[in-house]
Amino acid sequence: MAIRAQVVVCGGTSCRSSNSVKIKEEFDRVLKEIGIDKEILVFQSGCFGLCEKGPVVVIYPDETFYGHMTVADVEPLCREHLLKGRVYDKKVYKEKNKDDIAKIKLFHEMNFYAKQERIVLRNCGIIDPTNIEEYIGREGYEALGKVLTKMTPTEVIDEVSASGLAGRGGGGFPTGKKWFFAAKNKGKHYVICNADEGDPGAFMNRSVMEGDPHAIIEAMEIAGYAIGSDQGYIYIRAEYPLAVETLENAIKQAYEYGLLGKNIFGTGFNFDLELRLGAGAFVCGEETALLASIEGQRGMPRNKPPFPANKGLWQIPTIINNVGTFANITQIIRNGATWFSNIGDETAKGTKVFALGGKINNTGLVEVPIGTTLRTIIYDIGGGIPNGKKFKAVQTGGPSGGCLTEKDLDMPINYKNLIARGTMMGSGAMIVMDEDNCMVDVARFFLEFTVDESCGKCTPCREGTKRMLEMLNKICAGKGTMEDLTELKELALTIKDSALCGLGQTAPNPVLSTMANFYDEYVAHVTDQSCPAGVCKALIHYSITDKCIGCGKCARNCPVGAISGKIKEKHVIDTAICIKCGTCKTACPVGAIVTK
Amino acid sequence: MKSLEELAKIREKAAKEMNIRNETHGYRIVVGMATCGITAGARPVLNTLVEEVQKRNLTDVKVTQVGCMGECALEPIVEVYSPDGARTTYCLVHPEEAKRIIEEHIIGGKIIEEFTMEYYHRKQAK
Repeated sequence: MAIRAQVVVCGGTSCRSSNSVKIKEEFDRVLKEIGIDKEILVFQSGCFGLCEKGPVVVIYPDETFYGHMTVADVEPLCREHLLKGRVYDKKVYKEKNKDDIAKIKLFHEMNFYAKQERIVLRNCGIIDPTNIEEYIGREGYEALGKVLTKMTPTEVIDEVSASGLAGRGGGGFPTGKKWFFAAKNKGKHYVICNADEGDPGAFMNRSVMEGDPHAIIEAMEIAGYAIGSDQGYIYIRAEYPLAVETLENAIKQAYEYGLLGKNIFGTGFNFDLELRLGAGAFVCGEETALLASIEGQRGMPRNKPPFPANKGLWQIPTIINNVGTFANITQIIRNGATWFSNIGDETAKGTKVFALGGKINNTGLVEVPIGTTLRTIIYDIGGGIPNGKKFKAVQTGGPSGGCLTEKDLDMPINYKNLIARGTMMGSGAMIVMDEDNCMVDVARFFLEFTVDESCGKCTPCREGTKRMLEMLNKICAGKGTMEDLTELKELALTIKDSALCGLGQTAPNPVLSTMANFYDEYVAHVTDQSCPAGVCKALIHYSITDKCIGCGKCARNCPVGAISGKIKEKHVIDTAICIKCGTCKTACPVGAIVTK
Repeated sequence: MKSLEELAKIREKAAKEMNIRNETHGYRIVVGMATCGITAGARPVLNTLVEEVQKRNLTDVKVTQVGCMGECALEPIVEVYSPDGARTTYCLVHPEEAKRIIEEHIIGGKIIEEFTMEYYHRKQAK
């Protein structure tokens, strides 16, 4: 019997953690029970990107998007949608904005997807990543075929250079140039894919590897052909078990189909690919530390030059590209450099995947042309800030970047503009903050991360970031002085100038950038001993206003018995006993409890 | 993989199986599949339509199901939306009629007058 409908259950890590594997199994069971299992195909794809709505299920050919699915929803959904052809109203996706609220939109017409341009994520959520034939069905391995049969290695490098593709790991170094430098060297070469995605809030590489693993394999082979290499390594952290499993399976299938190994397409081109698992140290995302780690040494960076393109893995010329960079290659080869260079703005070409997180309605992955404004990303695609709160800032580039504020909302997002604003593209994490976030506390959070992750090789990073953190702790505790602020900035600038590798050089960015944009908050912590956003525990006090209706809920919920008062009368908090846990504020039905 | 032809063969087969997931811009065929439709035999009709579309490699045609069409006595009902949005409603459709709809309307571009609901009502009125 012909397949008349297909049910795609998201199998990304995020949806899996909220039970999507069980949901898939339930679909299998129910369809069998109803007797329509032969005409409906159910499978798990990679990440759809709209993680906020997970677990996600999309039904074709209707292109109906269901969010927040549970196992219990599966049976009624099957009976309604797949048997009777009616939309299962309880879980179907509806837009939040007024104009669209009554409409049920097709999957690709939803506001979240309509404004995106998907090159890197083109197969994520569309194909079954465990089946190589589905990748081939979407023109997979055709770019490799074209390169091996119709192009010389130099032509491949020229094409990549002409496209204007730049490194998506954050630095933005022209990819074609990197390949060119490596290809100039004679003899053996290595191709390495940097999949050591480690900054808080970033998960775009993971999603590509989980959702479209063959795109990376194919691109690495193309790179191998271009620079004259027959061996590749994917350096991936063991903390990404699903991505590791998906890649391992994909590599195995590619060997079985003769798309890896010896004499590919009968052209005499050989390429072998292996995974190398990292233990999850942030510094190993730095390319020289990554090389050390693959070589079996402690993951520490070394001075550049020599650059890896000249002396890389085991002193052999090596190119190291990020997952996000490789994911563009097959499309550039298939569609041509001109097609790619027409996307983006005058400073950089192509698209960028951002991981939206924090205080935003549509948490998830978005891919937009470079040069898209922050407003489009946060409001049109991201759906704005939840609970009617006010947008305050967005941290880009994770612990190596800085924050952008309201006045940057209409600035085109590209490498150049971000550097000019004291932050960077980084891997693409965007952590959105609202009025309830204290910027000093945010800077402290990111600095804590880099202090933990510093490898300890150079003094500025090892000692300097630690001293900076001590100062920030002092400020957050209300014990800071104005001299501390001056010193903090001075130390930050010194570390930026003197640290050995990218980790140390960029570690002070969150502090410098929040100081530049929210200096008044730092001053308030020091001179008024107050935290304007009400976050820093040492500086806030809970009190009950006249709004209190005397219900006694706060007193019953207080874990330390700090609240007293008679029923139907205003209650009071004993600040000497209060541990500032915030339980009372959550419990109060009328919002009478405030922090100052 | 020894040649590009071999790859093209796999691609063709896989693309066919995945076609249902593509955006289409051609004809859209809708089958009423509420309880009334199912009892009247809409399921074999739906399956026939899907099979015919796949067999004939009509990649730009979409076959979907909807709920009750409103005229339960005339089920199974099949509606055909042409790319310009025009709608044709066929009633009392069974697998044989479904095959002809694909052949004559979807491929041939000609509405089969005697299957339409309008024709049925006109005949009844006489």
